Amino acid sequence: MKNKDKPPELQPFFDKNIAGDVVPSIGISMPRIDAYAKVTGRERYAADYYGFDMIWAGVKRAGIPHARLKSVNTQAAENLPGVIAVLTHKNISGSNRQGVIRKDQPVLVDDKVRHCGDAVALVLAEDKETLAKAIKLTSADFEPLPGVFTTETALEENAPLVHEDHPGGNVLLKASLEIGSVQSAKEHCDVLVEACFETPLVEHAYLETEAGWAQLKEDGKLEIVASTQTPFRDRMEVADALGLEPERIRMIAPYAGGAFGGKDGVTVQSLLGLAALHANGRPVKMWWSREESFIAGTKRHAARMYYRLGAKADGSLHSLDTRLYFDTGPYDHLGGVVITLALEHSGGPYRIPNVSFKGWAVYTNNPIGGAFRGFGVAQVTAAMEQMMDMLAEKLAMDPLKLRLKNAVRKGDKNCVGVTLTHSTGLVECLEAVARHPLWTERAAWKSKAGPFKRRGAGIVALMHASGYGPVVPDVANAKVELTAEGKIKVYCGVVDMGQGNAATNLQIAGSILCQNVDRIELILPDTDRTLPSGSASASRCTYTFGNALIGACETLKLRILQRAADLLMVDDCDETALIPGAVRHLPTGREIPLHRLATFMNESERTATQRFRAPTAKEIPPVGNEIRLHGFPHTLFSYGAHLVRVEVNELTGVVDVKRYLSVSDCGKIINPHVYEQQIQGAIAQGIGYALSEEVQVNEGKVLTADLATFIIPAASDVPEIESQPVEIYEPSGPYGLKGVGEIATNGPLPAIANAVADACGVRIFRSPLTPSRVLRALRERLSEGGVH
Amino acid sequence: MKIRFVLNGETTELDVPGDRRVVDVLREDVGLTGAKESCGSGDCGACTILVDGESRLSCLMLAAQLQGRRITTIEGLGSEAQLHPIQSAFTQYGAVQCGFCIPGMVLATADLLKRNPSPSREQIRRGLGGNLCRCTGYQKIVDAVQAAASRSADHEKPLRDDK
Ligand code: FES
Ligand code: FES
Repeated sequence: MKNKDKPPELQPFFDKNIAGDVVPSIGISMPRIDAYAKVTGRERYAADYYGFDMIWAGVKRAGIPHARLKSVNTQAAENLPGVIAVLTHKNISGSNRQGVIRKDQPVLVDDKVRHCGDAVALVLAEDKETLAKAIKLTSADFEPLPGVFTTETALEENAPLVHEDHPGGNVLLKASLEIGSVQSAKEHCDVLVEACFETPLVEHAYLETEAGWAQLKEDGKLEIVASTQTPFRDRMEVADALGLEPERIRMIAPYAGGAFGGKDGVTVQSLLGLAALHANGRPVKMWWSREESFIAGTKRHAARMYYRLGAKADGSLHSLDTRLYFDTGPYDHLGGVVITLALEHSGGPYRIPNVSFKGWAVYTNNPIGGAFRGFGVAQVTAAMEQMMDMLAEKLAMDPLKLRLKNAVRKGDKNCVGVTLTHSTGLVECLEAVARHPLWTERAAWKSKAGPFKRRGAGIVALMHASGYGPVVPDVANAKVELTAEGKIKVYCGVVDMGQGNAATNLQIAGSILCQNVDRIELILPDTDRTLPSGSASASRCTYTFGNALIGACETLKLRILQRAADLLMVDDCDETALIPGAVRHLPTGREIPLHRLATFMNESERTATQRFRAPTAKEIPPVGNEIRLHGFPHTLFSYGAHLVRVEVNELTGVVDVKRYLSVSDCGKIINPHVYEQQIQGAIAQGIGYALSEEVQVNEGKVLTADLATFIIPAASDVPEIESQPVEIYEPSGPYGLKGVGEIATNGPLPAIANAVADACGVRIFRSPLTPSRVLRALRERLSEGGVH
Repeated sequence: MKIRFVLNGETTELDVPGDRRVVDVLREDVGLTGAKESCGSGDCGACTILVDGESRLSCLMLAAQLQGRRITTIEGLGSEAQLHPIQSAFTQYGAVQCGFCIPGMVLATADLLKRNPSPSREQIRRGLGGNLCRCTGYQKIVDAVQAAASRSADHEKPLRDDK
């Protein structure tokens, strides 16, 4: 069982020439089109942009968590040969503020430093070496201020304020929701379980650190190439911060070298724009070092979560009371949206009649909390799914049966009062886990643990919303073109940061228009060429853009067939069909090549666009408007159930993850490979979250600013993962699909914690479950005489 | 300093400071951006190249160390129209997501398979231990390496590790 040491089924190996002949279909594992340029090193990421006469730009970081800025000393750096400019906030003519919801983050500090990674000055130099020297030579005079470094201290009465102008003080956003009554409900519960969970601050650790390239063109246009998830929103942010008309800015988003939420919002963009404005038309490059990425980039919020769960003796959940404290660092970024999504998911995928949920996103002088795959749901799932196991233990009930008993089904109201009108496959997922030998044969497997080893199995149930929720329009605009040469161009509005949506777009277009891969060209997001389609985030990319793209392709198809029918002088375009490179009149076999057909059509006739807006919840649960503005509630959810087997070494405290099973309801699948990639990659990230990843911070300073001290899983830390889909058709999705990008990230931490508890009889409330924490827990348990 | 070496099969002469990092020489001076930099400190493997057929980290190598060597970067392994079997397996088995780790991963695989032509999954996982990937969870990478290995065993011809 340990390893599936059989070679994978052998497929014929193709190079691009052969793969290019394939006409895509929906539902098959096609090699991703982007893989060819990536595997040969020819793909050009933002980090790979250089160019003749290029300048390097870099940032002087504050290095102090909270201080008033008195002055920036640029002279010494300016005097260094090879330095082109040293810029400060005084060089910025716009608002000098960035942020998605609350614009509270300066491009370059003007009044106050609020965390160590704040940018104080921007340096432009001829080469990297001079740049590094000049950054060292730049200094600033600060008046240090007392800082707040935990959510507890930040919420104290007289705590220093991170933003003096914020009406809520250090509370960026307080979200709350009350349904039924948890007070009186307590009397009606037969059992109550209570606990507090702490989860760490986590770095995305994408392999491509924040990078970009910019140039002020001769026509006055500012062109910015960046590794980003949000080119259209970036353009507006940069324009506002720098005081430019948005039309003057062109944002180009190549394939990103990983993002996971960390590039959901501006990183290098405004800085690069500012640099390019001072570079005399020369191109400018900025590429954060790994250390800088740790210090200045956003992170998954550290969280402290208080839970009280009550149930009847038969296991039916009756009430849940939660209080969530998320450390959002010094800037909103997306912290308000994160706490709102966390709140929405804090009761898991269960029916609970009485709930009281409260959440605070709290400003501190720690690194910036922001979007990270899972988006608040990873934290609350860690809490809720451990609560479910604790409850099962107290009730002496099988943890899987307890989940099945309370699982939401289609037509139910979930615990935040939303009726589930879309496909709801949680029960199917749980049942698949219940049937699986990894679950049914766990007792025998556990009993075979060797000396000083303990084995355990853990399960979790998952749900994850997709899209933006009710207020911010969750819209995509697709565009397809029959080119003058008779090829198909697909204008992708949503960034591909590695998840494969660009290749999926090709698969959709190729299948509808019956064109082989080589006849289709993908245009990646570019504010001058593609249409605004929102962010690459929120498990929405293929759901929202795919729906728009299907519409655009169908329109173009009909137009091509009608035009061909006219030219062939046949009455009914039903008699014609698209084939690779041509339209064929089926009864006679006559054909018109697409390049000929294209000569009869002008550009607007050859182009089709389609807008799609994702559905929203129609219910209005009892929450404040603030929370609705931050995206509450959702209507469309993916579901899943995970199972993990672990072996704990009693002598070292090391938790070895032996096997992993994920069953998910993400609707129908367009490309099984891409689906599995999302599940497997998310689980690996979740395993890192569970066992090793923790950005350690002391008084606002990051202590683990490299990949030697912030440990992400290597190949041997990840087990063989089985990912089963339960393919329930979701009528609103493209070909029945729902989002798959995030859900699996949420499972491993609680699943592993449950498995460790199953193995050792101890529960560790603070993650990650590092060897020292596990050892400590084992020892404490031993000294209580509880382990047998 | 004048440095002569063979780069992807071609004799190359450069005049660069001897203490310039090889990753910078390749990316900035030669214009081969296939070798990625992700940590600059030997922790991730993204900058892997082959030096006389063995995998090395170009962020930790200095230009002077190129002298007289045979260097293979990802660009020298195969082209889109004629992929190296390892590259081909990576595309076919879904091992590529964002792709930023992939050039290093492919070259590390070339080295691994030369030393051990039919590794077990466990051996592949350990053999690629110096190459981090944040996207894939490694499973499809292991699939691809295993497939590339059995394919080359089938054909009883060694994998070309350079030209
Ligand atoms: S960049 Fe060389 S090992 Fe990471
Ligand atoms: S594919 Fe993205 S880091 Fe490996």
